[in-house]
Amino acid sequence: MSTKFVIEGLKATIEGKEILKGIDLEIKGGEIHAIMGPNGTGKSTLASALMGHPKYEVTDGSVTLDDEDLLEMAVDERARAGLFLAMQYPSEIAGVTNSDFLRSAINARRGEGNEISLIKFIRQMEGKMKELEMNPEFAHRYLNEGFSGGEKKRNEILQMMMLEPKVVVLDEIDSGLDIDALRIVAEGVNAMRSEERGFLVITHYQRLLNYIKPDFVHVMMQGRIVKSGGPELAERLEKDGYDWIKEELGIVDETVGQEQEA
Amino acid sequence: MTTQTVLPVEASALTAFSERSSEPAWLKEKRLQALELAGQLELPKLEKTRIDRWNLQNYGAPGAGAQPGQELPDSISAYVDPAHNDNLIVQRNSGAVVARLSKELSAQGVIFTDLETAAKEHGELVQKYLSSVIPAGENQLTALHHAIWNGGVFLYVPQGVEIEIPLQAVFLVDDADAVFAPHVLVVAESNSRVTYVDNYISGELNSPLVHNGAVEVIVKPGAKVQYATVHHLGSQITDLTYRRALVENDGSIEWIVGEMSGGDSMSETLSVLKGNGSLSDAKVIAVGSGSQRLNYTTKATHYGKSSESQMITRAVMREEATAIINGITKIEKGATKANGEQTEKVLMLSKKARGDANPILLIDEDDVKAGHAASVGQVNQEQIYYLMSRGISREQAERLIIYGFLAPVVSDIPLKQLQDQLQALVERKLGQ
Repeated sequence: MSTKFVIEGLKATIEGKEILKGIDLEIKGGEIHAIMGPNGTGKSTLASALMGHPKYEVTDGSVTLDDEDLLEMAVDERARAGLFLAMQYPSEIAGVTNSDFLRSAINARRGEGNEISLIKFIRQMEGKMKELEMNPEFAHRYLNEGFSGGEKKRNEILQMMMLEPKVVVLDEIDSGLDIDALRIVAEGVNAMRSEERGFLVITHYQRLLNYIKPDFVHVMMQGRIVKSGGPELAERLEKDGYDWIKEELGIVDETVGQEQEA
Repeated sequence: MTTQTVLPVEASALTAFSERSSEPAWLKEKRLQALELAGQLELPKLEKTRIDRWNLQNYGAPGAGAQPGQELPDSISAYVDPAHNDNLIVQRNSGAVVARLSKELSAQGVIFTDLETAAKEHGELVQKYLSSVIPAGENQLTALHHAIWNGGVFLYVPQGVEIEIPLQAVFLVDDADAVFAPHVLVVAESNSRVTYVDNYISGELNSPLVHNGAVEVIVKPGAKVQYATVHHLGSQITDLTYRRALVENDGSIEWIVGEMSGGDSMSETLSVLKGNGSLSDAKVIAVGSGSQRLNYTTKATHYGKSSESQMITRAVMREEATAIINGITKIEKGATKANGEQTEKVLMLSKKARGDANPILLIDEDDVKAGHAASVGQVNQEQIYYLMSRGISREQAERLIIYGFLAPVVSDIPLKQLQDQLQALVERKLGQ
């Protein structure tokens, strides 16, 4: 069965403030969707609400992955069901090595009695790290501790490659990356493209989309998807910015949930 | 006359015990003097802990309790492998079950035996060093200990002797009628080297009991002592322990302490860095659960020039456990170029758990280096979320974070066997 990820009428709040005001989106296996938009329009909230971050409360709507209700699931169950979020600000965890963490994650998905053999795991990890041009010593470093911004992003992609999810959400994976790192990260993502896997790429720079070619582009403002199109939409945004969309839709302030400035 | 509460032991009972055990006269005298002091002295004043509210009365009677046979209780098989250990002491209710020392070490003049036997056979040595580092007159607990100590170890390493394999001891108590107050006395002569590892364990007890233990380590010039100890006494036992090392010129003491007991517990682990260039390294991990009240202190007192101390304590508190973690670096006038570093961290796993980390620097000399760091906190929910977002269950995520928290201490433990054992105990104590 080909992957089908469906978001319908999704609304979410943080500390009582509504940030997502009804998101509809359908991603099929093999598709890459990009969500673009200025800062503060709810893009990262969408990513966090999908994963189930405890600070965000979903107040309405549904999210299904292959007809399974994701919103009913705890964070770890969503991950095991096949959702992966490459985070904008991954946590640092002292004392837990990158490889111990990854192996725990893989085994959590494989289930008891079906654990990956250590040798196979190491071989896989070393292989993927090589593809991402990561220094092998990062396997033994504590998880994200003391990693530079770029190293953390590569580490997110490494996890994605090892966990082989069905739906990948990349939250501003390009922020803080120099052009070489961006290319490597994008190659990692492109290597994972397949008919069984859907992608949701969140960014506010078109630059990333030169490397990861989207099939669909959506623009988010005020907690909604206000415009959708093909790759040509991203190119227009790169050239002309967002003002023309705001004008077209009569939007003055595109942000959501922010305090009014005095 | 004193106004103290009734002591748990009568002088007549102590005299009878000492005589029945055919102890030398000096030792009987020492015990009785200590008992008298106990009647006059106050309990120690502990930081933020009302130890007077703990169960401090149930000491059992000297010489009472089931006398052990020669069989090893099954319960100790997890800690030692008697078939493959030539240097081993096992005591049950303070009575010797096993006391072994290899021929090689014996021939080199090493002494490794229970302290009572040593007091008879090596009276001069024991008399010289017993209570030389922890004086009976320090407080009521130390005085009581010196009055009633029962069981324990004497380890003597002659000058220049270097022992590669760890010497091991197990103290098991499974009868609350017995006094449980082992005294461990280690004397490492100049330029000798030794590693000693012990376990304090308990079986089923039918009533509460106090463990009042003491450890004295004398590190002569250039000697190197590694001292590892793991306490995992049951919840009915109040666990009171003083550990202290006196370190002479260029000597070094390394403490590795696992505080895994289940009852109220107090310990102080102190290195007195008397000699120039003397070193101390103390690593403590502690796990508290239930309604345990814990007070753990690591301390280094610097007298020697260029003396150095390192102290690290990591404590995990779950349920309603309370921990007061103290680190004291004291640098005396004249201890120039001394360097003391300490870190105490407490991780709390529940809202009702309490932790307090008190780093204290007392410095009377200008030309020194000293540093401290302390933190107390709950498990970080962002970290839990991050781990769970990769498919790891909440329980497993917490577990990873806890082990990560303890890792800087555990991974530094130089003995693999002890590392594994501590890991397993932490796991058990955390109910996983």
